Amino acid sequence: MAKIETLDANLFYGDFHALKNISMQMEENTVTALIGPSGCGKSTYLRLFNRMNDLIDSTRITGQILVDGEDIYRKNINVDELRIKVGMVFQKPNPFPKSIFENVAYGLRVNGEKNKSYIEDKVVQSLKQSALWNEVSDKLTKSAFELSGGQQQRLCIARALAISPSVILMDEPASALDPLSTAKIEELIHELKKEYTIVIVTHNMQQASRVSDYTAFFYLGELVEYGQTVEIFTKPKLKHTENYITGRFG
Amino acid sequence: MTHLDTELIKLKHQLFEMWSLVISQVETSREALMNFDKGAASEIAFKEKMVDTYELKIDRECENIIALYNPVASDLRLTLAILKINTDLERIGDFARGIARFVKKCPKESINPELLKVCQFDDLIKNAIEMLNDAKSSLEHENTRMAVSIFSHDDFLDDVHHNSNKIIANYIKKHPDEIDEALNLHSIIRKVERIGDHCSNIAEEIVFYIEAKVLKHSGKIKTV
Repeated sequence: MAKIETLDANLFYGDFHALKNISMQMEENTVTALIGPSGCGKSTYLRLFNRMNDLIDSTRITGQILVDGEDIYRKNINVDELRIKVGMVFQKPNPFPKSIFENVAYGLRVNGEKNKSYIEDKVVQSLKQSALWNEVSDKLTKSAFELSGGQQQRLCIARALAISPSVILMDEPASALDPLSTAKIEELIHELKKEYTIVIVTHNMQQASRVSDYTAFFYLGELVEYGQTVEIFTKPKLKHTENYITGRFG
Repeated sequence: MTHLDTELIKLKHQLFEMWSLVISQVETSREALMNFDKGAASEIAFKEKMVDTYELKIDRECENIIALYNPVASDLRLTLAILKINTDLERIGDFARGIARFVKKCPKESINPELLKVCQFDDLIKNAIEMLNDAKSSLEHENTRMAVSIFSHDDFLDDVHHNSNKIIANYIKKHPDEIDEALNLHSIIRKVERIGDHCSNIAEEIVFYIEAKVLKHSGKIKTV
């Protein structure tokens, strides 16, 4: 069974048909990159999996969107529980105006966790998993805003990991970072896929080819080509994909 | 047109210049041997330096393109194909130089024309030159059918080389005083046969670039 799956997924913003009949399966412990020009629907598609599109007025969704085989748009689904299972990291680091420790502990606390030593263990574990522990272990009480952009982004990843998701959605997680911080995030993605299923939106072709196992090319709301990254970047099946990845688009 | 397109066009242009030079080296080596023209043989040595310069330049350009432009898909295949064709062409140039060196050093004024004839030497080297020209045209016109036709020429070269073993062995038995000349001719035939092998490699690279198919080590079943 696929970890994440969409069957004929359509999404409308009012009259605008943003996603058109997208059927795709993503296996557990893989990294899938979503690529395509701005406005092609890749971020909209990513946000299907934690129901972030619900926050936008006049959104209408048809088709099936499954996580662990469960239709996440069926009635009575607990969206908070879904967002524990499906974490998200955004383009710009968005730490809360709290200490480093409290940023990571936040998700646990709002979900009702009271056990102090459990929270401490989880914070340390998450910071280690996000490759930030060595840099912040002696300043956990300092404000998260004192960290660099790259460190803030890894803090946001630690915050997402703390509530034990099984899927992590990343919307251009390194686009605002310098090359060194980008390399750390990419290395982290490589490590994290051992335990998590990762879907990443990126405009950076080299990043998509470096970090992902599978790549999906979107254009005007349609899934043009989806396959193993090595195939997409060496011998794509469609000329349209080839034109995009080689920069001869349009 | 992208910046990478411009760089790839420049790279192809350099490769075709080198290719023309190598074709003329092999043609001149044929003239040098058939006419025992030592002047022509000297010309090949001069051209070899130019070929070597092209080889280094194309290697460096390929490295720069990979490092600076991160080519993918057909762009990457073209860059990799050119990198390998570059090596094949340089080796072909070396074989032409080897033939020229024999002509220059040989104390005699000719190789027994009858022996050349029975060994089909002229047909052999003409076929090798045709293979080189066809390979160049097939890349220029991105024509994989033409590239694949090169493999049948290579079969002919292999047959001539194989047959020459027996012919030359018999010749040596009959003319033991001409053993050096006969062995040198055998070595030259082997060089031309190797030129054919390199042309086949080039054809494989052209098919890899255009069709993304790997024909290497696929035996005789080489189609597109």
